[in-house]
Amino acid sequence: MILTLVEHEADAASATSLEALTLARQIAVATGEPLHALAIAGDAGKLAPSLGDHGVEVLHAASFAGDEAYAPRAWARAVLALVGAGAPKAVAAPASDRGNEVMAYVGAIAGLPMVANCVEVAPDADGVSWRLRRLRWAGSIVEEAVLRSEGPGLFTVAADSIAAEAGGAPVVTEVRAFGVALEERDLEVRVAEVLEPATEGVSLTDARVVVGGGRGVGGEEGFAVLEELAELLGGAVGVSRAVTSLGWRSHQDQVGQTGCRIAPELYIACGISGAIQHMVGCKGARNLLAINTDADAPIMSKADYAVIGDLHAVLPAVVAELRKERAR
Amino acid sequence: MEILVCIKRVPFVGGTVVLTDDHRQVDTKFLGFTMSPHEECAVEEAVRLVEAHGGSSAVLTVGPPEAEEQLRYAMSLGLDRAVLVDSGARELGPRSVAAEIVGAVEAMRSSGAGVDLLLFGNEAADTGDFQVGILVAEALGLPCVTGVKELEVAGGELRATRERGRAREVFAVTLPAVCTVKEGLNLPRYPSLPGRLRAKSKPLATSEASEHAEQLQMQSLMVPREERREAEVLGHGADAAGRVVEVLVELGVVKR
Repeated sequence: MILTLVEHEADAASATSLEALTLARQIAVATGEPLHALAIAGDAGKLAPSLGDHGVEVLHAASFAGDEAYAPRAWARAVLALVGAGAPKAVAAPASDRGNEVMAYVGAIAGLPMVANCVEVAPDADGVSWRLRRLRWAGSIVEEAVLRSEGPGLFTVAADSIAAEAGGAPVVTEVRAFGVALEERDLEVRVAEVLEPATEGVSLTDARVVVGGGRGVGGEEGFAVLEELAELLGGAVGVSRAVTSLGWRSHQDQVGQTGCRIAPELYIACGISGAIQHMVGCKGARNLLAINTDADAPIMSKADYAVIGDLHAVLPAVVAELRKERAR
Repeated sequence: MEILVCIKRVPFVGGTVVLTDDHRQVDTKFLGFTMSPHEECAVEEAVRLVEAHGGSSAVLTVGPPEAEEQLRYAMSLGLDRAVLVDSGARELGPRSVAAEIVGAVEAMRSSGAGVDLLLFGNEAADTGDFQVGILVAEALGLPCVTGVKELEVAGGELRATRERGRAREVFAVTLPAVCTVKEGLNLPRYPSLPGRLRAKSKPLATSEASEHAEQLQMQSLMVPREERREAEVLGHGADAAGRVVEVLVELGVVKR
């Protein structure tokens, strides 16, 4: 059996879970093993039909008292219950905050290696090892590695690296419900409270246009013109790590390896050199317009459009031109 | 309150990554080094917590002897002492690193130095294994909250908040505990000149890392090939504005 931990909300599997399921199905085909899934809490009966299209033969539906509050060690216990009972050859999970966390616990408790951020996994010809590729440096480097594990291979699957697709012969997924046996310690770390966001403006991760600013903006006040442009375009302002480290803007605005990932229709990068720390956060942008005084900045080799010049000369002119356009 | 911060020395990569000829590591000939970004916030938080609650703080790394540079940097910001577990030029996997950290914490405990809070970065900037903090917490029998962006300590309790989409999740655990943090937790300070001078004479204990059999064996590294684009230059300076707006219309982000 190849097992996939599926995260779900409102009875639908998360996008990254479907990506993990796609990789798990490749492993299932290569090993000739059946594909199973594990979901914790919620209504498994409603989740099951959509998993059948992905070739999931059995959905293990785990529950425990109080399972509406996420508790990573308790989730790991659910995975371990199946590791003990059905002996999966491999367990995959999305490389999300929760997926990485739960699988790290599984590895810690079972004493097995856990490999994060995989993009390819295949059984080796020797029958006991795995050949895999995983991401380092948030995807700037791919590592080829061989895993030898005494137990099931434990993998998390990097987000946005595998196209999630339905596949295999559509099956009617059988639901097997089970209660997870827990110790007191398994619930020691659990969500005690959820604070909902205050709704305000366009969120950076959902914006269709992002106006980005780097060190070249020059200071806190320099962002006024970026804000003005973003507002005219119905977009949001994002920044590089240099800007948040200097304290010019809140870390919430950071795009990059240690900030957020954006995927707008257009990213206008102003005074940003294009360090990989930043570029991994905006590589999902459909179009990139770079405005920079340096025609040889690394960002220029990744841009679709470029304006050579000082952003403080270029942006006010663009804003003026847009206002004229509006008045027409 | 006694705090231990665990950090990792990593190269400071800029616009392009260059690998060594054997494709087994990042070519660092022309690069400086730093600690992982999340860990800078862990160091800053330790300094603030000791300022607020008293006690003392230590910084630990498992790495090459050159990692003394990062340990001294952490001490220049206010941490009191450092531990270097010397693993030479070897790259230890996450389970081996965790075992070394657990060994160091147990040695501290048996010499009478307790630890109330262990701080880690959520993941190392280079290898990104997402597990060392949890492995250490499990081995020491401590609770662990990961991905923390807000942290509060009061009355022997740790209240930690992390993001989930646009919402935030709050966890509450009893100390001693482990916490892995993310950048954005705070705005790290820069070292002062007196801080730098003091750091030179702060205690640094060194020990040798053991031999470890790695179950995950790296074979080689590669930099994914990117399609190198030829950017269309829309113009120079303010004169480009007209052409920029035309492109905005072509892309459909401005309606004409």
